[in-house]
Amino acid sequence: MTDVEETLKRIQSHKGVIGTMVVNAEGIPIRTTLDNSTTVQYAGLLHHLTMKAKSTVRDIDPQNDLTFLRIRSKKHEIMVAPDKEYLLIVIQNPCE
Amino acid sequence: SEDMEPVNMESMGHPEIYPLVLTTKTQEIFNCRIDEDVTDEQPYKLINKEDIFEDLRNRAAVSDFHPVKKIVQEYPGNELLLVYDKDFKYGLNFYLIGTEEGKENYLNPPEVPEEQEEYKEHIPEDVYIYKPPVSKPWVSLGSEKEIEEESVTESTKQITYMISRKRSEFGAPIKFSDQNASSVKDAYIECTAYPDKNFTLKQLEKDVGMQVIPQIKDISTQTKWTYPKNATTQYYPREFSEEEKETLKQSKPLVDFLNNASISVEIALQQNEIMNTFIDDWKYLAEEEGTFGDKTDTYLKEYQSFTDLHSPTEKMITCVSWHPTIYGLIAVSVAVRLSFEDRVHFSGKLLLQPSLILFWSFSDPIHPQLMLESPDDIFCFKFCPSDPNIIAGGCINGQIVMWDITAHADRIENIKAGGSRSKRATLKPMFLLEPESNKEAMYIRHCAVSSIENGHKKVITDIHWLSDTFEINRMGSVFENRSGICCQLVTCSADCTICFWDIRPQKPLTPQTTEKKKEESIEIPFDVPSTFLHLDLSWKPLTKVRLSKGETSLDHCPTKISLNEDHLLCKTQDKMLAQSKTEKAEEMNPYHNLESGMANLLKPIDDFCTKFFVGTEEGEVIYTDWKMEKDPETGRLMSKKPVSHHTIHDGTVHTIQRSPFYNDIILTVGGWNVAIWKEGVMTGPLLHSCCAPKRYTSGHWSLTRPGVFYIGREDGYIDIWDLLEKTHEPAQSQNICITMITYIKPWIFSSKQQFIATADYYGTLHILEIPWTLSRPSTNEMASVNHYFEREVKHLEYVEQRKKIREQEKKEMELEMAKKKVKTYQKSKEQMQAELKMDYESYLELEKTVLINLGLIKVTEKGSYMEVM
Repeated sequence: MTDVEETLKRIQSHKGVIGTMVVNAEGIPIRTTLDNSTTVQYAGLLHHLTMKAKSTVRDIDPQNDLTFLRIRSKKHEIMVAPDKEYLLIVIQNPCE
Repeated sequence: SEDMEPVNMESMGHPEIYPLVLTTKTQEIFNCRIDEDVTDEQPYKLINKEDIFEDLRNRAAVSDFHPVKKIVQEYPGNELLLVYDKDFKYGLNFYLIGTEEGKENYLNPPEVPEEQEEYKEHIPEDVYIYKPPVSKPWVSLGSEKEIEEESVTESTKQITYMISRKRSEFGAPIKFSDQNASSVKDAYIECTAYPDKNFTLKQLEKDVGMQVIPQIKDISTQTKWTYPKNATTQYYPREFSEEEKETLKQSKPLVDFLNNASISVEIALQQNEIMNTFIDDWKYLAEEEGTFGDKTDTYLKEYQSFTDLHSPTEKMITCVSWHPTIYGLIAVSVAVRLSFEDRVHFSGKLLLQPSLILFWSFSDPIHPQLMLESPDDIFCFKFCPSDPNIIAGGCINGQIVMWDITAHADRIENIKAGGSRSKRATLKPMFLLEPESNKEAMYIRHCAVSSIENGHKKVITDIHWLSDTFEINRMGSVFENRSGICCQLVTCSADCTICFWDIRPQKPLTPQTTEKKKEESIEIPFDVPSTFLHLDLSWKPLTKVRLSKGETSLDHCPTKISLNEDHLLCKTQDKMLAQSKTEKAEEMNPYHNLESGMANLLKPIDDFCTKFFVGTEEGEVIYTDWKMEKDPETGRLMSKKPVSHHTIHDGTVHTIQRSPFYNDIILTVGGWNVAIWKEGVMTGPLLHSCCAPKRYTSGHWSLTRPGVFYIGREDGYIDIWDLLEKTHEPAQSQNICITMITYIKPWIFSSKQQFIATADYYGTLHILEIPWTLSRPSTNEMASVNHYFEREVKHLEYVEQRKKIREQEKKEMELEMAKKKVKTYQKSKEQMQAELKMDYESYLELEKTVLINLGLIKVTEKGSYMEVM
């Protein structure tokens, strides 16, 4: 297995993780463990949000940058790790 | 006759016209010959008076003018007008006009002919003659007073002032200075504006146009949207193809990115796993207090108890049912407390006493509100779910009895419930004045009973109304129920059959039966409603399902049944609800207007679970199907074989009940133990309690807590089981009465008030209040109980698997044993003999040691014995 697969599998095997996906800079999903329609929805929405968050941080302090985004909702937590070219999105259900 | 009066045409409205006949001779004399002198254009002729007189003198009586002689003599003028009456309008061919005026009129007819027929091309106007108004003296009608009042007149003489300045001051230079208006008093007068109430208008009506639109949302940030324009976009997401994805996966940037990103992601994930930082500890702390075993307030408190003090024999309560809608009303069925032999012995005396269902209300513990009469003791009854005024009960003799208490519904509705606790009580004034008038309880006769020959032959042990969402036909197939009301019943009886009944009038199968009915006209007492008259004494079941045990003639004897309450197909339900609502709006009461329900237009419902649970007298729990199938050999309709069948209980199963929370969990109580089943799991019960010290005689799930159920014992105790606390024994036990508890029925009135009705063998009904802890479920109780059931299912599966493994092992062991046996048989004869000898010798030694121990052979002898050997 390639590194990519290994890493993703490791992440997916954490307790409570519902889904993992890798999205490119334009919001097009590359790898995912969820079904297509959900993936596309998450990718589109979170891509926008990440861009917005990034620009917010940069506007306040141009030397700062967004490293991680965590959105906690009633049912689960969405984690977004942004990068110049890609986005790693993980959805976890933290409660037992 | 000479002086006869001339005939004039007064009758026709022309008194001046005198018709005449003029002979040709006369016509010649007077030059008024027809068509020569008098024509259509000029039908008249002026005749001189003198000429007429001459003619009269000449011809006297023969003269044609004789009849009008008088008129001519009296005629004022000189010339008379003679008109030729061509059409014989006035009866004769000529007529004479006897007055000057008439002559004038004729010659110069007025311009307004009133006798114009048909159309008037040109309506001649009245020539209006202008008459200048004639001045009349003034008549006062009071208007000058009004004018005086309104008019403005000077009341006093106006005062005039003349103000002038001294001539020397004209033209002097003027000096202006500023002055603050408020500093000097009276320098100015203000007229401030004030809101005058007379002029404020309150807009009471406003004309606004409205339109329904889908929900819209407007969002904008730091911008003003000056030109709103609707825009829509339709799109599909861009996706990579598989090859692209593969290439990307291999690319180095992705790998690097993932390696970097995954570190932070994993940290975050682990943080979440370690601790949930967002829970509110205070909230969780509070909830946990009231869950398990707060011993202070867990006892059922006695609220009220009801006994029928008026009955001559000793009675026991067989069935209890709360009224579905009215607060504080509970119905019990009582039966005489005699064994079968005693019943037969005293059957004569028993016939005289009515068997009753009593309606008790919280407000009056001594007198029952209503008493429903039945032909024999009732062992089970139910209120109809769609109309609580219809009650169906099963008798000890196998008949179904129906009551319709619609006529008395208002009586029981207006009973004031106990104390001032209920807010729903409404009193009619007459009850206020005479609160004791309810003392005389009404005896209500039943409406209909089922046919004795065709129904059950033994006591009916259980009766249920089928849900109003479906109905079944003779084959047991399920159809949609269009009428929206419960119209079918199912009963099971000790004669080993389960019957389905329909309360709607059936089409008569044979014409003979209708004739018979006509002969028998039974007199019905006037106060019995005729709702079910069509059923009375002729009511046959729709289908009968026989619970046979197979080849043997002994059949299962059902005591209770539990039907699947899965109300499927929400769509059709809504449709039917809408339909039934419109129907109900038209008719007053659908039960008073039952149509024959065997319409073939009903839509069959597929995949409806027609299976149900039956508990029998021998303690078995059977899961079977009510659909009939055709036996291939005989072609008759046969009931299907049961799907599964377990003997768990050591005595009669008297309770089979589905949990109000889970559709597929069933509680069965019988004999000395309790079992919980899950529908679909055929291997056995999920929970099977061990034998209790006392027999269990009734049971019921709690209505609000999923893991709690109540069991009544034969010594008058109620055991309360809580599956989340203990599953091997009841969580608590409480004594209610001194004798066997025959029925338990809890009921919810409000979120704060929950009662449990306990009926005992001596005929007393105890109403107990369920405390807060037993009525209020804890958080996640449903999930926990669900979890528990799932665990039990898994446990059963595990047990099954282990059974299989053990069987395997057993088989293997047997094989080995068989092999060993085979090996032993293969030994040769010598070996066998040697072995036998060795066995014999060892046996001799054994014998010796035993005898020595017993003291029968002395040890010293041992040596000589051995020498002999």
